[in-house]
Amino acid sequence: MADAVDAAGLTAWVQEFARLVREQRDVLTELDAAIGDADHGANLDRGLTAVVSALDADPAADPAAVLKTVATTLIRTVGGASGPLYGTFFLRASGTLGGGDGAALAAALRAGLDGVAARGKAGPGDKTMLDALAPACDALDEALADGRPLDEALRAAAEAAAGGRDATVPMVARKGRASYLGERSAGHQDPGATSAALMLQAAATALTGRG
Amino acid sequence: MKKLVNDPADVVADALRGLAAAHRELRVAHADRVVFRAEAPVRGKVGLVSGGGSGHEPMHAGFVGRGMLDAACAGEVFTSPVPDQVVAATRGVDGGAGVLHVVKNYTGDVMNFEMAAELVAAESDTEVVAVVTDDDVAVQDSLYTAGRRGVGVTVLVEKLAGAAAEEGRPLAEVAEIARRVNGNGRSMGLALTSCTVPAAGRPTFDLPDDEMEVGIGIHGEPGRRRVPLAPAREIAEMLVEPVLADLDFTGGDGVIAFVNGMGGTPLLELYLMYAEVAAVLDKAGIGIARNLVGSYMTSLDMAGCSVTLVRADDELLRLWDAPVRTPALRWGA
Repeated sequence: MADAVDAAGLTAWVQEFARLVREQRDVLTELDAAIGDADHGANLDRGLTAVVSALDADPAADPAAVLKTVATTLIRTVGGASGPLYGTFFLRASGTLGGGDGAALAAALRAGLDGVAARGKAGPGDKTMLDALAPACDALDEALADGRPLDEALRAAAEAAAGGRDATVPMVARKGRASYLGERSAGHQDPGATSAALMLQAAATALTGRG
Repeated sequence: MKKLVNDPADVVADALRGLAAAHRELRVAHADRVVFRAEAPVRGKVGLVSGGGSGHEPMHAGFVGRGMLDAACAGEVFTSPVPDQVVAATRGVDGGAGVLHVVKNYTGDVMNFEMAAELVAAESDTEVVAVVTDDDVAVQDSLYTAGRRGVGVTVLVEKLAGAAAEEGRPLAEVAEIARRVNGNGRSMGLALTSCTVPAAGRPTFDLPDDEMEVGIGIHGEPGRRRVPLAPAREIAEMLVEPVLADLDFTGGDGVIAFVNGMGGTPLLELYLMYAEVAAVLDKAGIGIARNLVGSYMTSLDMAGCSVTLVRADDELLRLWDAPVRTPALRWGA
């Protein structure tokens, strides 16, 4: 498994994330229309399409460089709240990614999570992308600590992210545009947590069976 | 969806081409989607930069020109501009006296302008001060929300701070004017219909013919509550009362009263609403010192209106009367 987290693997992860967002674009936009402003699917699709083009045009040689290209491209193209938030996630992950094993990936994702929390001044239970990312990071750490192989650990992380996404439905939003609705935001699945769960699902698909 | 568009994906770029063709006094940097006052940077003058999602026209590009903004960044529809745009605008208006960012309080806008300010600070010694507008009383300003939204007061901040900058006042004073206007301003809005984002192709929310949405923002986000359609007289009370409940507007030099259309409401109805708003204010013992009536901060094709009041003082009234020459606001110049 040692070489699962190489430049090609991370590129495949981001390509799969882009594919899933393209496929789920209208779903993301519908979720956002209910409690936000109906642009999450379109914005993230535009940004990830630009990321895939950037990585095609200029393939990054090392894993951290892949994540940095993802970060700067998202910050440059997405706008809204998701641009700085996903951009910060990948920028911090890039700065932390040390080696090519599961532990290095887990540390990088954890750094990304901390960056998102700081940039968005949000915490768990605020009905944001953190509610999918945080359980995913916890599950990944736990599975790796139990000595499970990276592909199993990433599947556990993706399942935890999906669980966290589903858990946003009854929450009352405290951050972002959904917070303007107060209690009326309850009963709707958070679009940011939904796209974050797709990112983890993509990792489980693309980063497994490689090493 | 029936709209005057080519490809919905190109709507912002296409509109900027039209703005550039119609207003030769502006300079449009198409790659960055930044609209500059042609003579920017003006030496020794504080530069004013604002920006936000498109779909609110004439805000912000329509307020670029003498006595108001030096540059406006156009994001995608209802999506804040990205940091690179704000950096390009900031560089382009820096005449040596610093740059004021006027930012509406939305999570995305605040984060993108913050990241831009960090980039500018890392690369240059341009002094940047940001003033965040947050005047919408429909949103509770608490730990449990993203804070009040920036709405109608933004137009007045840009006019009054722009006039102060034009007088050659230093950055700290221009920023103080902007904060004073925001701190003394409150707004409330209402929608009769939803709006249709071109890329989405259908209305953002469903609103039955006999209902209206009270406490809306400017992005088609639903409001606080839905009520049966009412006569304009009652609507004026619904909008003005929460504004007056939030801030004491009595005394002083009166208010600047701004009745704003959301994009799909005719001026006929806006003047009708202004009469009703003036009557409510009169009954409350509040004098109107200046007014603005028209669609200046829109939400695409949404029907509805908002009311903004700013507690005025001598200085703010003088700055209000100062010459302004922009596509959307012009007097005395």
